[in-house]
Amino acid sequence: MSNLARRKLINNSMTVLTGLCALFAVASLFLILGYIFWGGVRGLSFGFLVNSPKPIGEPGSGIANAIVGTIILITLGSVIGMPVGILGGIYLSEFGSNKFGLLLRFLIDTLTGTPSIIVGVFVWTVMVHPMGHFSALSGGVALGIMMMPIVARTTEEMIRLVPHSLREAGLALGAPRWRVTLGVVLRTAASGVATGAMLAVARIAGETAPLLFTALGLNYLSTNLLQPMASLTFQIYYYAQSPYEEWHDMAWAATLVLVTMILALNIAVKILTRNRHQQA
Amino acid sequence: MGSTLTGQGSATPLAPNRPPSPFGRAASSLRARPRIGDPLFKLATGFFAVLIAAFAVLIMVEMAINSKLSIAKFGFGFLTRSVWDPVAEQFGALPFIYGTVVSAVIALLVSVPISLGVAIFLVEKAPPKLSNPILFIVQLLAAIPSVVFGLWAIFVLAPTLRNHVYPALQSTLGFLPLFRGNQNGLGLLTAGLILSIMIVPIITAVSTDVLRAVPGTQREASLALGSTKWEATLIVLQNAKSGISGAIILGLGRAIGETMAVTMVIGNRPQISASLFDPSFTIASAIANEFTEASGEIYLQSLIELGLILFFVTFIINMLARLLVWSVTRGEGRGAHV
Repeated sequence: MSNLARRKLINNSMTVLTGLCALFAVASLFLILGYIFWGGVRGLSFGFLVNSPKPIGEPGSGIANAIVGTIILITLGSVIGMPVGILGGIYLSEFGSNKFGLLLRFLIDTLTGTPSIIVGVFVWTVMVHPMGHFSALSGGVALGIMMMPIVARTTEEMIRLVPHSLREAGLALGAPRWRVTLGVVLRTAASGVATGAMLAVARIAGETAPLLFTALGLNYLSTNLLQPMASLTFQIYYYAQSPYEEWHDMAWAATLVLVTMILALNIAVKILTRNRHQQA
Repeated sequence: MGSTLTGQGSATPLAPNRPPSPFGRAASSLRARPRIGDPLFKLATGFFAVLIAAFAVLIMVEMAINSKLSIAKFGFGFLTRSVWDPVAEQFGALPFIYGTVVSAVIALLVSVPISLGVAIFLVEKAPPKLSNPILFIVQLLAAIPSVVFGLWAIFVLAPTLRNHVYPALQSTLGFLPLFRGNQNGLGLLTAGLILSIMIVPIITAVSTDVLRAVPGTQREASLALGSTKWEATLIVLQNAKSGISGAIILGLGRAIGETMAVTMVIGNRPQISASLFDPSFTIASAIANEFTEASGEIYLQSLIELGLILFFVTFIINMLARLLVWSVTRGEGRGAHV
């Protein structure tokens, strides 16, 4: 009986222990978010969002250049990465159930784990070095390359959720396969593919390492794709490393803007996908 | 696999060697119309799928070409030399390999027990009403950018460790060379600890998937034999062993490749020191920190060679991890993409 009591004790203490682990994980997110909120909210103002950086000591400094830069870089990355990712994902789901498809899927999954700094170095060697200067365009390419495997795999998964009966109905009407895939299957999966793409956007919006040697950073507002360009993440890195108290505050405020953007995307995706599951 | 219908299977009705159509001319003229769209479609989408996968090879080749000077000059000795002297143009990767390995080991030591705890809690203990929100929160933790963890680590974690934790560690465990010496808060241990928070989400998410893939009958069988719930969980863990190793190795891959947060708190000094309090360097942080400032071809190429090593190692690690995870979840489309 004491043996049973001991086993029950272990059982209960393990329940508590694993619960504490879960609590720790949840708490660490809220702890970090709390610091970002309190650290960032006092530096936040309308001027902060619409002004460009000013020299130290001058009031009214802002991060408009970084916000615009991040939006441009994300757009570039999406234009480059999304079509490739979506088409690649279609291939994986439609023609990828053989050995070759398995190999591709395996390589693509493996690429998802490639350190982002490596993508930065790669794009530096193929674009920045030959062109002779840093550019927003190369930053966009780096982000696009990072998006491709993520978008491809989420697209594949979303297409797989489409019921076979729909596909068969299309084929039974005599439509060729490609029309069934694009007109019926992809259209049915469109919202899923879109939410997957949104997640990929949220992911690259927070990337710094691929931009270090490609888009670099810039202290004023610029929309020239062939010149360096500012981004929120680079600006946070730059300000956080500086010795100036004022710039530290700006780093926190910029972080608040960035994290709000990224969490909003993630939560939006969550809400969208939940609604879809409820309909199904 | 549930996908056989989507693959070659459903193409069979359109295959050319089917029996003669009972509908006569009309149907056969329909068949005679060349169906160029489908092969073209397959070719076009296949091109992009191959393109994405080909980046694995492209990146490796491109980095090897761009570090050939350094490879030729230092050979395999690059891996075992501990000098890093840009002025004398002497380069070796050992301090960076050391920093990368030690910070990743610290990260795993802290985050593996926690992540497994969370995964067990989510799959075996918590009702769906509780486990779904927690899983979502863990996903959000993964969505926080690396540079943000770095900012938090510089201004919150490092000062806390410097003022409270490290002095206590030194006074209790100071007899070990690991916990002795300079304590400005920026060093290997700080980097390892911030890494440990950052890799909790991926290990948790993949372990959760793996545990969920273990058939419920195993739990039931164990419970029916009179085991407690925890003992049933141990059986489940036993069966999920390879998948969980995969999850841990995936976390290791992330820890090795993590750049920004580590760069911001590791202190950035290429040295091998016994103390975990001392500044160090990882491969990724060395590239991030020195690449744009590297003057001289051989310096730059040595940094690219560091990158090549990093890419090669993470590629192998990720490959191994995927194989292990797939062995449990059967490589189906589902899975965590954290």
